[in-house]
Amino acid sequence: MNNKERGSIYAGIDIGSITAKAALIKDNRLLATHVILTGYDPINAGIKVFEALLKKAKISKKDVPAIVSTGYGRASVSFADKALTEIICHGTGAYFINPEIRGIIDVGGQDSKAILLNAKGQVENFAMNDKCAAGTGRFLEVMAKALEVELNQLGDFGLNADKPLKISSICTVFAESEVISMIAGQQKRENIIAGIHDSAAARVAILANKIKIKKPVMMTGGVAKNKGMVAALEKRLGLTLIVKDFAQENGAIGAAVLASKL
Amino acid sequence: MDIIPVYPENHGAMIGASKMGEDLCIKAEDMGYSSDLCSYARTDISCSIVKGGPLGGLPEPDMLICCNNICGTVLKWYEIQARYYNVPLFILDTPICHTQYSPEIARYVRTQMDEYIAFLETNTKKKFDYDKMARVGKLAYTAQLLWQKVLNTTAHKPSPMSAFDAFFFLALIVTLRGTQIAVDFYRQLLQEMEQRIQTGISMVPDEKYRLLWDNLPVWYRLKWLSEKFSGHNACLVADTYTSAWCGAIKYTDENNFLDSMAEAYTRIYLNIGVDQMADQVLDMIKFYDADGLVMHSNRSCKPYSFGQMDIMRIVREKTNIPVLMIEADMVDPRSFSQSQIETRIDAFMEIIKQRND
Repeated sequence: MNNKERGSIYAGIDIGSITAKAALIKDNRLLATHVILTGYDPINAGIKVFEALLKKAKISKKDVPAIVSTGYGRASVSFADKALTEIICHGTGAYFINPEIRGIIDVGGQDSKAILLNAKGQVENFAMNDKCAAGTGRFLEVMAKALEVELNQLGDFGLNADKPLKISSICTVFAESEVISMIAGQQKRENIIAGIHDSAAARVAILANKIKIKKPVMMTGGVAKNKGMVAALEKRLGLTLIVKDFAQENGAIGAAVLASKL
Repeated sequence: MDIIPVYPENHGAMIGASKMGEDLCIKAEDMGYSSDLCSYARTDISCSIVKGGPLGGLPEPDMLICCNNICGTVLKWYEIQARYYNVPLFILDTPICHTQYSPEIARYVRTQMDEYIAFLETNTKKKFDYDKMARVGKLAYTAQLLWQKVLNTTAHKPSPMSAFDAFFFLALIVTLRGTQIAVDFYRQLLQEMEQRIQTGISMVPDEKYRLLWDNLPVWYRLKWLSEKFSGHNACLVADTYTSAWCGAIKYTDENNFLDSMAEAYTRIYLNIGVDQMADQVLDMIKFYDADGLVMHSNRSCKPYSFGQMDIMRIVREKTNIPVLMIEADMVDPRSFSQSQIETRIDAFMEIIKQRND
């Protein structure tokens, strides 16, 4: 059966390590997105985020002929028609939002990646962090907690630094100890946070440089919402990052686009 | 000389494949060895003490012999074992051939062949039998030729076997080289592969994609990796590892064994410059018509993993095929992150599919 005959709304579900994201596209346009915390049960998170999204868009499951799942929990979405990796989904999502994009930097909860796209929107090459979660959302989460700052305020704090400090440890655990000793040394929170952003950005920049990232570059993933981190990365890479409204849901959007092509 | 060779490196591989590496690595770390030390060395050293592993440890040696053509760790590793067992140690030193095999290197290694023979004569209290060595040499040469032919059969589409099979078939060319058993085994294996080609039996059902593997196997995850790739209709048709046991055959002269042996030992895959290694990888990609290259960045094996980034770049520039690098270790499972590696392999296969469809 041709999908186009069955309807024209497609869904993508991205189960990440921290949040679960879902997106719907209709007639090749973004219809709705939704984000919840994944929690300890990725199977339930997939069901919940999808149901909430359907409710938001005021449609029912039968209106959606094809679903693609992605993210670390991609295999736990049993009602999806296909599971694909975040790499291809972020590539497709970025290309869907802006077909000029050639480079993507995605920083999620437990991994960060750099992706290179060709003119057709296909993935040419990618690099991911390995064995270590420094330079990811989790790294920033640990630091926000140590500094008693809400995660969504981290960006603004970082931008208000007058004398950014340097975090030399590349390990999240050791970097946290370093931050704690800075707190004990009564350093300004803003300056510590700027140091944290630069430390995480340095890690991510290595991935981008590894694949020789090409402009224009879009930043996706939850961490793209952190303005301080975006600025630190731009400084490290010497280029401007394009950040769109649905950066966090970009993987889910890409999955929905890929579902429309099943 | 009627010496029974026993190989600690292969013992390490057995420990890895038996999934007994972690405990033995931890034991070595308890003894004070760094977790950055090669896991073959760590498991062999700790196994000598605890007599663990699948065999309950190796028999005590009368003497130890090592060659640094594929490994620098053996120098200290064998020194440690020589001290522990209180036995004589012979080290065959093969300088790296960055660009070429010079007359100086030839003379240096050839001289050591005589020293090696003298070492064996002293320690066995026997005269070296040159005629017997010529016979053994011929058998070794024949087995290597046959092994190369077995590996060549995977150029056929679909491939009659995969690198995962080669990792096991390799055992005889490594440990029984120079025996009639090895020659007979590879002759039979070759016949079987030819038969599989004739009857159209492939290793991966519905083979669509052909991949080349670089570096040692991840011994404790062979089945998982094999199923992961075949789940994507991909066959690892060849690898740079198993072919190393026949790669230097062009330097071997079966009628002038001692001289040519020095050259063959020295010009082995891991003892040459990165440019030459890349050339060999490029030749293999062409010969086996590979759609992608999978590189195992092996935490244990520095000589193998060093230079992989350059080889990766050269392969990308010259062939435009996708290259994947996964970080793991041949024996120590603590260096293997399943979900990270799974995502990388899935994404790599998605790229290959996107390009080929």
